[in-house]
Amino acid sequence: MRKNISIQHAVKRYGNSTVIHDLSLFVREGEFFTLLGPSGCGKTTLLRMIAGFNSIEGGDFFFNDTRINDMDPAKRNIGMVFQNYAIFPNLTVRKNIEFGLRNRKLPKEEVRAQAEKFMHLMHVDEYADRLPDRLSGGQQQRVALARALAITPDVLLMDEPLSNLDAKLRVEMRSVIKEIQNKVGITTVYVTHDQEEAMAVSDRIAVMNDGVIQHIGTPKNIYQRPANLFVATFIGRTNVLKGRLLAESGRTFIETHDGYRAEIRGVLSGYASDRDIVISVRPEEFRLKVDDGGDGISATIRDSVFLGLNTHYFVTLSTGEEAEIIQESSIDSIIEPGTRIRLTVNTEKVNIFSEDGSANLLAGVVNDNAMEA
Amino acid sequence: MTNRQKEIRSTVMYIILVAVGVVMLFPVFWMFLACFKTNNEIFGSLKLLPSSWSFEAFAKGWQTTGTFTYTRYFSNTFLLVVPTVIFTIVSCSLVAYGFARFEFKSKNVLFMVLITTLMLPNSVIIIPRYALFNKLHWLDSYLTYWVPAIFACYPFFVFMMVQFLRGIPKDLDESAYMDGCTSFRCFVQILVPLLKPAIFSAALFQFLWTWNDFFNTNIYINSNSKFPMSLALRMSIDTTSSIQWNQIMAMGLVSILPLIILFFAGQRYFVEGIATTGMKN
Repeated sequence: MRKNISIQHAVKRYGNSTVIHDLSLFVREGEFFTLLGPSGCGKTTLLRMIAGFNSIEGGDFFFNDTRINDMDPAKRNIGMVFQNYAIFPNLTVRKNIEFGLRNRKLPKEEVRAQAEKFMHLMHVDEYADRLPDRLSGGQQQRVALARALAITPDVLLMDEPLSNLDAKLRVEMRSVIKEIQNKVGITTVYVTHDQEEAMAVSDRIAVMNDGVIQHIGTPKNIYQRPANLFVATFIGRTNVLKGRLLAESGRTFIETHDGYRAEIRGVLSGYASDRDIVISVRPEEFRLKVDDGGDGISATIRDSVFLGLNTHYFVTLSTGEEAEIIQESSIDSIIEPGTRIRLTVNTEKVNIFSEDGSANLLAGVVNDNAMEA
Repeated sequence: MTNRQKEIRSTVMYIILVAVGVVMLFPVFWMFLACFKTNNEIFGSLKLLPSSWSFEAFAKGWQTTGTFTYTRYFSNTFLLVVPTVIFTIVSCSLVAYGFARFEFKSKNVLFMVLITTLMLPNSVIIIPRYALFNKLHWLDSYLTYWVPAIFACYPFFVFMMVQFLRGIPKDLDESAYMDGCTSFRCFVQILVPLLKPAIFSAALFQFLWTWNDFFNTNIYINSNSKFPMSLALRMSIDTTSSIQWNQIMAMGLVSILPLIILFFAGQRYFVEGIATTGMKN
């Protein structure tokens, strides 16, 4: 049975230090939900609180309407995939997958059939009688996933399951994970610090920092309309420029410190007044041209890296700020370092934040922590 | 370093190792050959090899001149050693599991006390122990070995297993709990198989130490009928008639055979690392 997870005002303390302050979260039935954040932000701590391996110092945790705060981990009916796989090294693949089923005292035939089903689903049936030390990292991870799913848990928890795999295998395995989750339809909470991985597999992502959820939303919304500067800089790459927001006769403009000005639409009415702002521009949203004395931010090319499809330029702006620009590679030669250029921005896609970076001043941020689907 | 230099270096090393090996093994080799000699030949001749090869010393030595044969003493030794080893392994691994995996009040203090007892020489605690065992009426019985083993009174093994368990990732336990295991089942089904190298090492050491122990057996065991090998061999020397050294050498040799067999059977566990092949760290 699929279940939703509701966390209300969770608090986690280690001694005198509070690592999670008043955190609330709702994960919908059958959803692939990712906790994303830098190391030490509290995402694994929160996952382990859901699993029952970390004590809960405050707040309530529910699976549907059942409060699980004081429930034994074994009784929560959770499947968990660990960063280091945690496959029992002394048991064969089959026995690893059957382990949880046997503990549930199911009839032998059912144990066997269920194990076969998940071994087949995860394509590990041909290794059924091998010990884990005869399997590759990817195969071990498949076994770990099969074992977690075989007990038909209500909720699947995954703690950075791909971080020990090499880059190629990681990409392959994340497709496998997503595909299996879609097939089984289980409510999944996934922890990672890799934003690309999170974007690839998640229905929704919660970006965390210092034990606080910064933004919950779809990968698209989080990327395009981050709730604050931290989210903008953590998800994908972005250039951060200081500037001012100017309101003139019902229109709003952004202005960089070297005088480049562009109209911007969609500023929230409460913020549409002259103020200092931070402008976040993704590297691909800069438009670059050789300096012809026209409109734009004046800059000098410092370095360039040709990556086939795209070329990355590292530039120094006339304000002294550094920026990275990604341009589609052209048949012409790469612009040489030292060349003076002019930059304009695609204002539809930039984000502007309050001076302290705490709020996005544009409409369209969806902080989706609603308690229903 | 050139190949020639490497060759010279390894040759010198091997010469040193062989020399040390010969020095170490010579007493055993001499003892083996002495089994076939008479008393006069042992003390009167410098020849290493015996003048004739006869197994008489083994047969006579086994029969002894006393009431009991070495069949009895061997049985006694096994009766003393085997339960002691089993109890030690079970109790010490359980105590180690507690220290390595659970949080409880005064855990650190208790562990410190455990380590402190490791530092105490046996001769310091022998008197209070004797007094205690006397009060409990355990003297002249194998309870003096079995009961301390049941209560994990071997801090060295506890310490060794704690260290070993700390090297096994907790994720395995958590994974087992998720699958519905109790902590005891997790210990038995998951951790004990992984703890095998440490268990074998502890078993081997305990077997060796208890088998060879003369000091404690001499103090606690008084009846001839309960003597283990170490006391039986000592008794052979205490005899008032002339001492048949070839028989003593023969029985001495026989007494170390189980140890040699056990060591060669279990030595790979000494060098075997922890089998965490299903874990990525």
